[in-house]
Amino acid sequence: MTRVKLPPWLVLLLPAFIIIAAVVLVPLLLSLYSSFTPYHLTRPDTLWKVNFPFNYQKALTDANFWAAFGRTVLLLTVALNLEMLLGLGLALMVSKVTQGQRLLRTAMMFPMMFSPILVGFQFKFIFNDNVGLVNNALQSLGLADRAIPWLVDGNLALFAIICAEVWTSTSVFAILILAGLYAIPQDPLEAAKVDGCSPWQSFRFVTLPFLMPFIYIAMAIRSLDVARAYDIVQVMTNGGPARRTELLWTLIGRTGYVDARMGYANAMGYVAILLSIAFTVYFFLKLQRARRDLGMGD
Amino acid sequence: MAQVHLRNVVKRYGALDVVHSISLDIADGEFVVLVGPSGCGKSTTLRMVAGLEEISDGQVVIGDRVVNDLPPRDRNISMVFQNYALYPHMTVRENLGFSLKIARRPQAQIDAAVDEAAAILALTPLLDRKPGALSGGQRQRVAMGRAIVRHPDVFLFDEPLSNLDAKLRTQMRVEIKKLHQKVGSTVIYVTHDQVEAMTLADRIVIMRDGHIVQVGTPLEVFEDPANSFVATFIGSPPMNLLPGTVQGGRVVLADGTAVPVPPGLHVADGRRVHLGIRADNIMPEGHSLPPTAHMAHVDMPVTLTEPLGTETLLFATLAGAEVQAKMLNPRPVTPGERLRFGIALDKCHLFDADSGVSLRM
Repeated sequence: MTRVKLPPWLVLLLPAFIIIAAVVLVPLLLSLYSSFTPYHLTRPDTLWKVNFPFNYQKALTDANFWAAFGRTVLLLTVALNLEMLLGLGLALMVSKVTQGQRLLRTAMMFPMMFSPILVGFQFKFIFNDNVGLVNNALQSLGLADRAIPWLVDGNLALFAIICAEVWTSTSVFAILILAGLYAIPQDPLEAAKVDGCSPWQSFRFVTLPFLMPFIYIAMAIRSLDVARAYDIVQVMTNGGPARRTELLWTLIGRTGYVDARMGYANAMGYVAILLSIAFTVYFFLKLQRARRDLGMGD
Repeated sequence: MAQVHLRNVVKRYGALDVVHSISLDIADGEFVVLVGPSGCGKSTTLRMVAGLEEISDGQVVIGDRVVNDLPPRDRNISMVFQNYALYPHMTVRENLGFSLKIARRPQAQIDAAVDEAAAILALTPLLDRKPGALSGGQRQRVAMGRAIVRHPDVFLFDEPLSNLDAKLRTQMRVEIKKLHQKVGSTVIYVTHDQVEAMTLADRIVIMRDGHIVQVGTPLEVFEDPANSFVATFIGSPPMNLLPGTVQGGRVVLADGTAVPVPPGLHVADGRRVHLGIRADNIMPEGHSLPPTAHMAHVDMPVTLTEPLGTETLLFATLAGAEVQAKMLNPRPVTPGERLRFGIALDKCHLFDADSGVSLRM
């Protein structure tokens, strides 16, 4: 019997190949394949009926899918911009603090330490129409004369979800922007003062361009995060009322695991991933440009 | 165009005084150089004039206004920083025009001012580049251009040449001098390099530990240093200081060598002094020290030579101290060779050994 002699480079790389194939490649190919089938979890034989564009066609003509898609983009846009503005403000204020700044920076990161599921429950309680803090506060202060159905009205529910998202993740922006503020050289800021800039003009023309790369890094990270938003929404509204807060991934989760239509869910998942990739590519291009503007190379 | 007056200006950080009540009057159009070793308070003083540091006490007057409480932008000054401090995200043109844009000048006026400054500093071909694509010397010129477009009352330079290599530094020094002749504004220039100070200044202000030690024209501070610190700080190589005691009209050095007290000085016997001799005033015999009525002579062994072409710098030992002497029309000297040196006594100085104060004053 002759032993097959593999070249050493292949032998050395083989463990990595096998692990990547097992963990990433096979599931990826399998899910891609199943997205071309009417695969139903309770009827395994459906996995073998290939029906090429069917699921994608169905998704692209499904009003529910597009509603969830649009809502996800809306959530991304509103939440990211709000978090950026609040994080920027927070970072600017914290950077001016001279005593106890370390403590503040630590405290700032607390929201990131909670599980999103718990945050979801907490905000569900805060926005509860009977016993919630918001309604109690509004009524005690005389700002509202009856309970506002925060989690029942579709628009208000989305607003409540955005509040929860912003509360958990503003600190991501704040921390990254604060790092950016520390990295700004002082000389150009002093030059701007001498050149006649007011504090606002110094911020607008010198500080902000220096911060842009940091803002885009935070945007890229957070866009991936928000695009896959599932847990907070699932806990707070479960996509309801009447699908009014359904996002891409809550819809996909429901289709795959509740309705057991895994083939269709996978097809929608691939479209959702395209959305994430689009946002990430967009922010990376912006990041590259901001860095080039600062002469930092690519 | 403006005069600048510092009146008992103090800078204090907590309990620590870094600038001790200094006063200085700078005339309109004058080029004044603040020079001193690092930590002497020269940059802090400049930054107080600029408005980048708060003035703890005293007054800074620019023109006829006390500017203590005015922000930098209301002082009509411009400043060139050590690290250029250009805006990296703006082109050279935008960098130059930025202050005018902030001042909401019409675009045509901004363009004209930028083009004028670019022409003066030979920046015209670089106008559309960003600072990242410029060499150190070009960045420095942009920083200067940014200062001149505004036609400020006062130019402030904070060690503008210290990041450049030696050759470029010499070149930019000339450019700065030309620029001053062309623009004619008041200039306050901070450096730790005494050569820059000597070559650029109308008047030099020598600072040490937050005090002004001496103010004068380059020649005044070179020829009549107020104390041994100025004597060794200004001039290259530094003035030789030889410790000794005055006895019977002579300075007796540690090993018993005696040199007559320089003419015109009257010092009591027994006073401990430092005899100050510049390398230009101590040369081996026969090597072109112009003969004067007041010559002294010493024998010294040469330990090291530095040939510089037209002259050679000799390191010799006298009474245990190292002495640097010049040799014009040099000939080769082997280390260890004993030479007879002439000293031009009328150019020598005596400083009090304890206080360092010049006894010529």
